[in-house]
Amino acid sequence: MTKEQKFHSNLGLGALLLATVAFFFLTGSFAGTIGFFLIFGIPFFAMGQLPGYATIKDKVGKYIFLTVCTLIFIFLITPILIIIPLSFNAEPYFTFTEGMLNLEASAYSSRWYADIFRFGMTAPDGTENWWSDMWNNATWIRATRNSFFIAIFATLLATFFGTLAALGLSRPEMPYRAQITSLLISPMIVPLVITATGMFFFFAQKDIFPFFPESLVNTYTGLILAHATLGVPFVIITVTATLSGFDRSLIRASQGLGATGWTTFRKVIMPLITPGMISGALFAFITSFDEVVAVIFLADVDQRTIPRQMFSGLREQISPTILAVATILVLISIALLTTLELLRRRSERLRGLSPG
Amino acid sequence: MSDTAINTMGNKAQNLAADNAPLIAADGTPLKQKLAKTTRTMKTRAFLLTMPLVLFIIISFVIPIGQMLHRGFYNPAVSNVMPNFSVAIKDWDETTGELPPEEIFEIFVKDMTLARKNREVGKTIGNMATRINYEMPGSRSLFTKSARKAGKITQGPYKEALLAIDKKWDNHALWRTIKRASNDYTLSFFLAALDMKYNENGEITRADPLYQIYIPILMKTLFLSALITAICFVIAYPVAYLLSTLPLRTSNLLMILVLLPFWTSLLVRTSAWIAMLQQQGIINNIFVFLGLLEDESRIQMIYNQTGTIISMVHILLPFMILPLYSVMKTIPPSYMRAAKSMGATNSYAFRRVYFPQTIPGIAAGTLLVFILAIGYYITPALVGGSDGLFISNLIADHIKKTLNWSLGSALAAILLVIVMIFYWMYNKLVGVDKLKFG
Repeated sequence: MTKEQKFHSNLGLGALLLATVAFFFLTGSFAGTIGFFLIFGIPFFAMGQLPGYATIKDKVGKYIFLTVCTLIFIFLITPILIIIPLSFNAEPYFTFTEGMLNLEASAYSSRWYADIFRFGMTAPDGTENWWSDMWNNATWIRATRNSFFIAIFATLLATFFGTLAALGLSRPEMPYRAQITSLLISPMIVPLVITATGMFFFFAQKDIFPFFPESLVNTYTGLILAHATLGVPFVIITVTATLSGFDRSLIRASQGLGATGWTTFRKVIMPLITPGMISGALFAFITSFDEVVAVIFLADVDQRTIPRQMFSGLREQISPTILAVATILVLISIALLTTLELLRRRSERLRGLSPG
Repeated sequence: MSDTAINTMGNKAQNLAADNAPLIAADGTPLKQKLAKTTRTMKTRAFLLTMPLVLFIIISFVIPIGQMLHRGFYNPAVSNVMPNFSVAIKDWDETTGELPPEEIFEIFVKDMTLARKNREVGKTIGNMATRINYEMPGSRSLFTKSARKAGKITQGPYKEALLAIDKKWDNHALWRTIKRASNDYTLSFFLAALDMKYNENGEITRADPLYQIYIPILMKTLFLSALITAICFVIAYPVAYLLSTLPLRTSNLLMILVLLPFWTSLLVRTSAWIAMLQQQGIINNIFVFLGLLEDESRIQMIYNQTGTIISMVHILLPFMILPLYSVMKTIPPSYMRAAKSMGATNSYAFRRVYFPQTIPGIAAGTLLVFILAIGYYITPALVGGSDGLFISNLIADHIKKTLNWSLGSALAAILLVIVMIFYWMYNKLVGVDKLKFG
């Protein structure tokens, strides 16, 4: 580092500290000052070392660019993180109270988490049969059961058919590939209201399926079919992406060594596409778990899922219970994201072994 | 493959080849045929693998939507209620300027009496009255009132008897409307969805300015979607650039900040934005704290267009960042350095060298975000208030609340056509197989 560069970075650091101190004296708030320091300090420390020919203008430009990026990342992540402390609010509000900001213990409470179990129960304070009462009657618990039930079966359907189709679509000799792919992706593109309306009319008819004489509206079957349809594009996209890097000579090698088609599939193709299949399944699962438009159109009160319950909660009576549920959902999505990242690494490692 | 086949076929094949006879595969069939057969088998096999899903999608997705589109044209309300009359009125020549002849009136009164007696669900006089009233506002009571009294008319002349019940039957335009509505297939609902209607003479005209609601909402949906797409683009470009230039380890960590919102439930994010933007919410609190706002003059940022735009930008942003990022990662940084070393300024090098190479990513991101934004329903319904509504909200209202299914279907068809145009563009410009997550 030359003397001049050092001077610039010292100057910058000095200016940042000076501005932070000035901000503290102007506002007199610790939290605000920490926020100020983070917003303007992160880009400063992220600047790293610029090449020797960088002018002052370049440096200022880079600093502004990094500040903008920091602000955008804050915009992306804040709403998701902010609901976590908010869900521990002792008051029935969607906002931070005076006490919460002063970190008073009495301003925080886990009552909304208890409310997830208690809301809708016939006798929330009773001791007899509390567990079965909770399991059968608590509104959010029933919604959770519905969500998982529908999502699991929809995922199984979508993953099975989707993987099969992706195997066909990724073969070089597949006829009408572009047309069929765009058809299979379209459930993701067509507005959900249109899909849901179409299914609502279609499923409302009786005798559409010879083996199923009743109407499918307000049934689990209808919802599972709808959610499987909506999850299919995600399975197709992820599994074909995995297969696009697939080395087809491995198949010929296995056949050359005398393996039957089934053995080749089981021992060679399956292990390589499993990570892609699982991430496709996770996508399908989260799509179903998150979906509410089809549920609004096709489900009765008995089939309400978590997002459907949140939807009516947000429309009718806003209570922090929604934020408690939201916090749990955020934790679930963090878990899913981690799984996906691990799978991606595994897939890369596996592919690193194969040439091409 | 063919080379080895020829080599292993031995002398016989070589002799045959010398005689200009077709090449023979190991089992004795001509090579060309054999190849064609094998290719065909492989094609069929690939096709059969996709078949189950294609069938599934056709049954659970294509047919339902096709049926719904059909419903936009097809409304058998009149022929359901008055099967005989709807056939008979087809013979009436309305150009003469006279009311239908006596025998049509007779069938009309008899059908009306029968429908009132049967009272089948979905086939009552009320259903038909709603349909006619839709074309000719104010005529509903005429039907219900006359149906109550029509039972007393036991013999002709039916025309005079009906006119005696209500003078309003003596209206040529009314009968023309009834005749038009007796046709099971109608353009009325598509016209209504485009803010047009049939006037009294059966010509297509624009609806009264007061009733023009669908085109403005459609325009607003398009405008807001374009605005949201533009904001997403402006925000996503620097972030994608940053992610693509950082070392992989750092960019993977920062990518989590993009992917976590992507994986978080839509409802979670919408409720988070309600908490952030409401009048007593966090953003307003910060503004008041910083002294930018007085405590009394907090801004209303939710339950209006602003709320819709902010939360939809947040929700759709990952769909813009990911395609931009995947294109930017392929651009070698040496290009920019080369441009600068040859004397280009930063902005010139960016404009002429870097930006043009990112256009595929821009096309993919903007089209995808626009397509997704245009059909949004949940977020506008929750945070849109009354002026942040999208066309999807109107469709849902017609299907779920007002139960005007034909109009809802016609609106849905129009939205579907718009989306399909953009999907087609996406296919042409980007290619649907380029779609990727993460």
